Amino acid sequence: MTAPALDRAAAAAPRPRFLAGHFEDLGAQTETAQLGIWLFLGSEILFFGGLFTAYGVYRANHAELFRYAHHFLDWRLGALNTAVLIGSSLSAAWSVRCAQLGRRRGLLVSILVTLLLAAAFMAVKYVEYAHKLHHGVGWGAACHPDAEILGELPPALRALPVPARLGTFFAIYFLMTGLHGIHVLAGMGLYGWLLARSRRGDFGPGYWAPVDTVALYWHLVDMIWIFLFPLFYLIG
Amino acid sequence: MEEPTTRSDPRAAHVVPASTLLATAAALLGLTALTVGVSRLDLGPGNAAVALAIACAKASVVALFFMHLKYERRFQRVILVASVLFAALFVTFVVFDTTQYQPDLRARERLTPAAPGASAPAPRR
Repeated sequence: MTAPALDRAAAAAPRPRFLAGHFEDLGAQTETAQLGIWLFLGSEILFFGGLFTAYGVYRANHAELFRYAHHFLDWRLGALNTAVLIGSSLSAAWSVRCAQLGRRRGLLVSILVTLLLAAAFMAVKYVEYAHKLHHGVGWGAACHPDAEILGELPPALRALPVPARLGTFFAIYFLMTGLHGIHVLAGMGLYGWLLARSRRGDFGPGYWAPVDTVALYWHLVDMIWIFLFPLFYLIG
Repeated sequence: MEEPTTRSDPRAAHVVPASTLLATAAALLGLTALTVGVSRLDLGPGNAAVALAIACAKASVVALFFMHLKYERRFQRVILVASVLFAALFVTFVVFDTTQYQPDLRARERLTPAAPGASAPAPRR
């Protein structure tokens, strides 16, 4: 086709509803969105990298404190939350597949399942945080575990004095899992937005970039938890 | 709806098969069980190494299949690998640095007649 013929063909075709004015077509728009979200995820990894460094420095110098303090965490709740997040990652990936194939019902169900599993993760996290904070296990100078929570420790540890720097372990614990939890809450907001948009029928084979970029973010949140779980709950 | 198609039509995107997604989730659950099981064994300092190796394997599975990096152009892999490498470099060198200074710090704590509860070193002149 000659250039004028191409221009006429482009003018004749209706412009897709969600194609931004500065993009030539949905392909260019989707690729730009993917590049953008990957750059954001790269900066997120570096962002969490600072906290992983704090963890590394403290554990390298006070390994014995980590071996003591992880007994305050219940590995069963950590493993449950790992499974919950893996399930939500599966439903997030499923939602991208449904959008690409134009399956509206599947898209709605998988977005809803992701949202519910994210809420389940936060509920488990609430149970864990509330238990610690009600028994005086806070961060920094506010860490004074009461007799009841000390009684839950293995017998061999109960006899030991409470380490002076226990609060620093919990400062790192609450910062890392708290920042991760904030990311989960942000993800729930994004999935609420996707739910409203997919109810309206916005997504389909030509336009699934928002479903994909939110899912990529969600998988990164899952990935960070994959590291947090053994680093805090499974210290030998 | 007729749209002009160019180099990358989103309608022609690679759709990850359902079986791949289910197998990915099953592998992740299996590796989670493995990391819990291994943490029960006493491998000394090996425990942390094994736990990190399993976590890296799980993260790779998530990136390749859930985040469909296996089917993407190379540039997105470069972004992920580069940021992970730089974060790892940061952690590693800071940990090397801090462990390097520990013997000096301990020696100094022994030499300084510390006030009860205070471990801050005396200001240097």
